[in-house]
Amino acid sequence: MAVLTPEAPPAPARPVRPGRRGWGRAPKYALAGLLVLVFLMPFYIMVRNALMTRPQVSSPDWSWLPDPLSWVNFHDLFADPSVPMGHALLNSLVIAVITAPVGTMFGSMAGYALARIDVPGRRAVFTYVLVTLMIPQSVTFVPTFVVVGAMGGVNTTWGIIAPNLFSAFTVILFRNFYLRFPAEIEEAGRLDGLGYLGVYRRLVLPNSGSMLASLGALMFIESWNSFLWPLVIGQDPSSWTAQIALSTFLTAQTINLPALFAGALVTIAPLVAMFLVAQRFIVRGIAASGLKE
Amino acid sequence: MAVSSPPATVPPRPRASAAPVKRRRRKVDWRAVGAFTVLTAPVVIGLGVFKYVAIAWSFLLSFNDARGTISIGHWIGFDNYAFLLGDSAFRDSLVVIALFTVFIVPVTFVASLGLAMLVNGIRRGRAFFRTVFLIPGAVSYVVAALVWKMALFNGLPSGVANVIGGLFGADPVPWLSETSPPVYWIAVVTLRLWLQVGLYMILFLAGLQAISPSLYEAGELDGTTKWQAFRYITLPQLRNTSVAVLLLILIGAFQAFDEFYNLFGTGLSGTATAPVKPPLVYLYDSALGDQNYGVGSAGAFLLTVIIVVITLLQGKFVGFGKKD
Repeated sequence: MAVLTPEAPPAPARPVRPGRRGWGRAPKYALAGLLVLVFLMPFYIMVRNALMTRPQVSSPDWSWLPDPLSWVNFHDLFADPSVPMGHALLNSLVIAVITAPVGTMFGSMAGYALARIDVPGRRAVFTYVLVTLMIPQSVTFVPTFVVVGAMGGVNTTWGIIAPNLFSAFTVILFRNFYLRFPAEIEEAGRLDGLGYLGVYRRLVLPNSGSMLASLGALMFIESWNSFLWPLVIGQDPSSWTAQIALSTFLTAQTINLPALFAGALVTIAPLVAMFLVAQRFIVRGIAASGLKE
Repeated sequence: MAVSSPPATVPPRPRASAAPVKRRRRKVDWRAVGAFTVLTAPVVIGLGVFKYVAIAWSFLLSFNDARGTISIGHWIGFDNYAFLLGDSAFRDSLVVIALFTVFIVPVTFVASLGLAMLVNGIRRGRAFFRTVFLIPGAVSYVVAALVWKMALFNGLPSGVANVIGGLFGADPVPWLSETSPPVYWIAVVTLRLWLQVGLYMILFLAGLQAISPSLYEAGELDGTTKWQAFRYITLPQLRNTSVAVLLLILIGAFQAFDEFYNLFGTGLSGTATAPVKPPLVYLYDSALGDQNYGVGSAGAFLLTVIIVVITLLQGKFVGFGKKD
């Protein structure tokens, strides 16, 4: 993080700041509390609508709570034969579960090599990776479709997964991480007779846990939430992801609204759970990836 | 992005980044070369196929009449490009994205910085507030569009925006199809704001926490006001973060697709409400809808050029790329 450090001496034992009266912070808390309500409101709406009956949802009158709770919407969600929601969720899961670890692994491998293995041509490989960052990701959907289409990847799961396994961005982040990696560990391994790959696999990789976790979590989220690419490549309902299924639901002629909201809930539940559990890593990943661009 | 240095020729020079290497002629360490090759091969091959080959192929295709085919062979020169530039729908899409960018960039920037300062200034429960503001970042654009389109801005009297408006005596508004005035922008901008502001807040929080408290103490001794402290200490110290955040918001804005596609149901998927098609939706319609891969490819290149130029211009403007 290249934040300017001012050449001030380290602060001496800091005196308690004067002038902070007990009520001084009340407006801040009030504002923050209000914003909390605003930020959580869409979640509340999702839960509320997912539990309402169809007439309740489309009623012109506002109501705060569904009465009675209409759990049947979750059943309807999976029962609609025109939108294979269950299958789509499974597709999404398979795709994210493959993309995140494999993509992170590839990033770590290349990042390590670029940071720590000094061979002729290393600079050229680094430039080769870096240049692809210049091309805006989503604009490449037409070119990538052309290639994946030519390889027979349309309507296949691998067609959705393959292009996303290779992220120049992840490589660069890992390279920066490994540039600061303590060299003693590697030297010790080498003295014990390990080769380059052995050092990487036995010593470097096990010590990269936090970075793997943070980028893995980000890749998982990205993969689970991605829409444009799965929409382009998965035109057949059998290869739909959860996002595509929801979107199809959303733009269909007749809509079972409460089931649609139930679908939204089911789709975001795994990610929100993951966010809450792995927050530490996700925040670190965001901070790293944001500042390194 | 520092792509300044040319590919290295054979004797590699020691770099500041690597462990210092004694300057002497070395024999090539084949074991190192082998390991390097194994470790980088997946990414090098993957980027080669899905970026380099893809882009080269698509570039050729953009000079071909490639309707319903992705094979090259029917050369038509710049016709696809001429078609795009002559198509008012394409030019409209550029206007749409320019307007969107003009709205979303400053709003997101100010909101995320404000949120970061608010959270940073809170002692108790900081983690709680940070989590709440960040959580929408886990939600996909599709789901957010669903909530916005079907609940918040659905135009029904019981839609949340209309309920709130009703408290002030306003009549229900058909938010997403009302084009004069174009109030649908409120839905589009708030959606992205809700999803993204927490992510950028995290970047600003990291930046704020890296500012030495002694700077503010020195300021207090000099009797600076809060505004002066913000203007002369906080903002300059956040310069790098600000540039990164601006760039991310800008690039993200130009690649907008999901929310427009789902809010306005354009393209293959159904009925258009307001005629709002940003360039990626236009591209999607021409490449996947009309199966015209030549025009789709040409559009991809025009857009890439536009994005790169704007990014570089912005870089010049705010001083991105300066090393400190």
